[in-house]
Amino acid sequence: MSEHFILPRGDGPSLLAVDDLRVAFGEKQPVKGISFEINEGETLAIVGESGSGKSLTALSIMGLLPAGGTIAHGSIQFEGREITTLAPREARALRGGSIGMIFQEPMTCLNPVMTIGAQIIEALRQHQSLSRKAARARALELLDLVRIPDPHRRIDDFPYQLSGGMRQRVMIAVAVACSPRLLIADEPTTALDVTIQAQVLDLIDRLRRELSMAVLLITHDLGVVSQWADRVVVMYAGRKVEQARPDAMFGNPLHPYTRGLLNASPRLGDSYNYIDGPLYEIPGSISSLAGDRGCAFAPRCAHVRAGCRDAVPALATLSHGRQVACPVLLSEENRVTAVDL
Amino acid sequence: MTSVSRAARTAWRTGLHAVPTALGVVVLSFLLLQLAPGDAVDVLAGEAGSATAETMAEMRAHYGLDKPVGQRLVSYLADLAHGNLGFSPRYNMPVTQLIWDRLPGSLMLAGSALVLALIVGVALGVLMAAREGKATDRVLSVLSLIFYSVPAFWIGLMLIVLFSIKLGWLPSGGSQTIGSSATGIAAVLDQLRYMILPTVSLSLFYIAIYARLSRISMIEAKGQDYVRTARAKGLGETHILFRHVLRNALIPLTTVAGMHVGGMLGGSVVIETVYGWPGLGRLAYEAVMGRDFAVLLGILLFSSLLVIVANAVVDVLHGIIDPRVGGNDATK
Amino acid sequence: MPPSNVRALRLAPERVPAEGRAAEIVSLADWPSVEQPVVPLVPKSAPSRARRLLSVIGHNPLAVSGGAILLFVALMGLTSPLLYPGDPLAIVAEPFIWPGTDAAHPLGTDSLGRDMLAGIVHGAAVSLQVGVFATFLGLLIGVSVGAVAGYFGGWTDVVLSRVTEVFQTLPNFVMLVVVVAIAQPSIATLSVAIAIVTWPGVARLSRAEFRTLREKDFVLAARSLGFGHVRIIVSEILPSALPPIIVTASVMVASAILMESALSFMGLGDPNVVSWGSMIGAGREYLRTAWYMCALPGFAIMLTVLALNLLGDALNEILNPRRQVRR
Repeated sequence: MSEHFILPRGDGPSLLAVDDLRVAFGEKQPVKGISFEINEGETLAIVGESGSGKSLTALSIMGLLPAGGTIAHGSIQFEGREITTLAPREARALRGGSIGMIFQEPMTCLNPVMTIGAQIIEALRQHQSLSRKAARARALELLDLVRIPDPHRRIDDFPYQLSGGMRQRVMIAVAVACSPRLLIADEPTTALDVTIQAQVLDLIDRLRRELSMAVLLITHDLGVVSQWADRVVVMYAGRKVEQARPDAMFGNPLHPYTRGLLNASPRLGDSYNYIDGPLYEIPGSISSLAGDRGCAFAPRCAHVRAGCRDAVPALATLSHGRQVACPVLLSEENRVTAVDL
Repeated sequence: MTSVSRAARTAWRTGLHAVPTALGVVVLSFLLLQLAPGDAVDVLAGEAGSATAETMAEMRAHYGLDKPVGQRLVSYLADLAHGNLGFSPRYNMPVTQLIWDRLPGSLMLAGSALVLALIVGVALGVLMAAREGKATDRVLSVLSLIFYSVPAFWIGLMLIVLFSIKLGWLPSGGSQTIGSSATGIAAVLDQLRYMILPTVSLSLFYIAIYARLSRISMIEAKGQDYVRTARAKGLGETHILFRHVLRNALIPLTTVAGMHVGGMLGGSVVIETVYGWPGLGRLAYEAVMGRDFAVLLGILLFSSLLVIVANAVVDVLHGIIDPRVGGNDATK
Repeated sequence: MPPSNVRALRLAPERVPAEGRAAEIVSLADWPSVEQPVVPLVPKSAPSRARRLLSVIGHNPLAVSGGAILLFVALMGLTSPLLYPGDPLAIVAEPFIWPGTDAAHPLGTDSLGRDMLAGIVHGAAVSLQVGVFATFLGLLIGVSVGAVAGYFGGWTDVVLSRVTEVFQTLPNFVMLVVVVAIAQPSIATLSVAIAIVTWPGVARLSRAEFRTLREKDFVLAARSLGFGHVRIIVSEILPSALPPIIVTASVMVASAILMESALSFMGLGDPNVVSWGSMIGAGREYLRTAWYMCALPGFAIMLTVLALNLLGDALNEILNPRRQVRR
């Protein structure tokens, strides 16, 4: 793991700043105001379950919200420039140029009737004035970069001729073709075999360093977070409920939801392990599209107080950029000492 | 694997598959021929009005119509092997010759109708998909359903009423201006004028089918993940539409269009009758009226073989458009 | 450092399932609630087909108008002997009375002085008879062949599929003309001929249905109970295979009506009855002077076929929500 710290991580200048982003689908607001920053060269993970709004947040940055979805409020600044109001042409220059994105389903994300080479070349030539020959040469380099064996033979293959892991590598080659400053990876390994997952994440991390780009990693897999993220944002029902460095979050989760995720016992220091008993389950289900009154997690929360259902808890900022949106736990005396871990 | 070798493999497989079908068609044609009441000699004799039983028997012997069924099947097959579909006493011509003479007319009509239907149908489907759920989509959907419900021969007649009789813009029938001495481009343009109405009448039904089908498959293709990937690359919408969406949406269309070659040939029977267009369809009509079953079944057989060939071509085409067909799947 | 068991922890499973969202929602329901009773997110029990039919039709004005037109045409056909008793082919008035000029003959008369409306009313009966009878026969042959091929598989399937393919290769209308030319044209022979060219499509469809359904648990259960093949095919599988077949049937009636009209137009119909197609055929010579003779019966065909297609679309929506009928 020490190789991850060759570059100072997370301390670069701010690359992307999302401020109070709200995404609306008609009356519903699946993303209810989220703010975070990504610094150059760092990996920020957004964690949350389906419906927490994490993927919509990522798609908002790309300007690729599904039909019917709009950015109702807030700003997204990339390299100091507001990108929510860009003209379509400028937005296209950004997509695939300065920001690359890979998706969850490598099996369906590649066009089945185009060779993988053509799909990489297409991305290259959209943003760079390259001759066909030069683009093909660059595509071969990229295939080599993402460790596709025998690129010369593979470049004219169609997606159906590749395995899932190989396809995800091709997707990564497409996304990093124009050396983006930011790579958004939306559940990049969820659809892959466990053995392939680590390989793909290692590849993303290696490319992050070699191409000195930042990575926004959207995931629900806490194992992935612990190993590859510099900072973690936990999302619940369209809001950020906690933000921390992974070691701090795993060592001392503050929000009840984070604790639920981490299978944390109420008392710090108890070494409660899943071998000791059944996995702790967070009761209830996410109700991200429910009303705006009170804490969205309150119905499932073991620490719920009367006030929780009246007002949305504000994010409290602690030291080291840590943030948490739960006044109940913060006010408990025994927590305060542990905050600065 | 290259697309050429894949196409060759598909062609080989399709060819092999077609042989028993073609044989089945041949046997079926022969059986139908045996079922036909009366024969060409009866008709000829009836028209001449003065044939005796003796001369009729002579004529039957002459055309080989008096032999037992088994023997006739053998000689039918032997004749077929030599490309001989029999002899038409009525036209006093080999059936094969008759069919070859009329074939270009039919192919031209069916071919241009298919091309027109594909172009207009796909264009309408793309437009409807782009405006999904909006007024344009709804109006065009109803309109295509109407086209789908209109008998082709009737729309043919109504087009004649409008464009030939009322407006006088286009000829109401035939294939070229009689006695015209035009050559070169003028002759082609002249013939084109005669083709417009039959082509439009024949294609309307298929325009409706392709519009409905391509609307559905465009809508489906648009929601695919690879389209989102294409957007994430920063590609323009037009580029995405043509290179990614349309190409995938057209795959189901090629299969269906192949199946329609037979329908087009059948439909041209009526349309050719309406417009007096000299093709196989009109020949079939004349054969029915003249009880010339050798010609009629020759046409049935020939057009079936044409369908088999068309299907094979479509299979190969399909293999070229869709790389997953005919290739080896590495992952499965 | 994170605890070692972190890797084992996952949030709600987020595999993208083949069926899309529904499975996601169900997977979230796997988390039991402590505070509030769990409302199981099992799909709500589907309303009965009849209720669904009513609700879809209620929300689909096109289907309603289709049904209304069809009902009207059917009534017209059924009551034709009452509305216009006597032979519709009889000469009743002056020839070439234009529609709307004579109250006694609202749709005018043809070149021989036969009443147009009488012809159209009686033609409705002929069209519907041929449409329904041909479809019934086509379904009977097609479903039988498809069921046997799909249920038994193996060589039976190979042979039957080949035969089906031969019939499907023959250009429909050419084959139709041949059959009608060989047999003497009548409503019965026309229907048989149309059934001969339409059954292969039904056979292919039902073969596919039976192939899928024969592997289902309820069929295996029936088999283990020692039910005979016929019983399994008819009372176990057939009811489940019916929905797509019903949708096809409505389209088959429409195309049978179109085929009958084209044959009659060419003079290959039943010469003893008046049909919409034969009326158009008779009016053809007078296109220049009395085009209404062609226009009116053609309009009747179009409306009837359109009504059937509208109903077919609605049925497709109700019975095969995820399927698309390709023609």
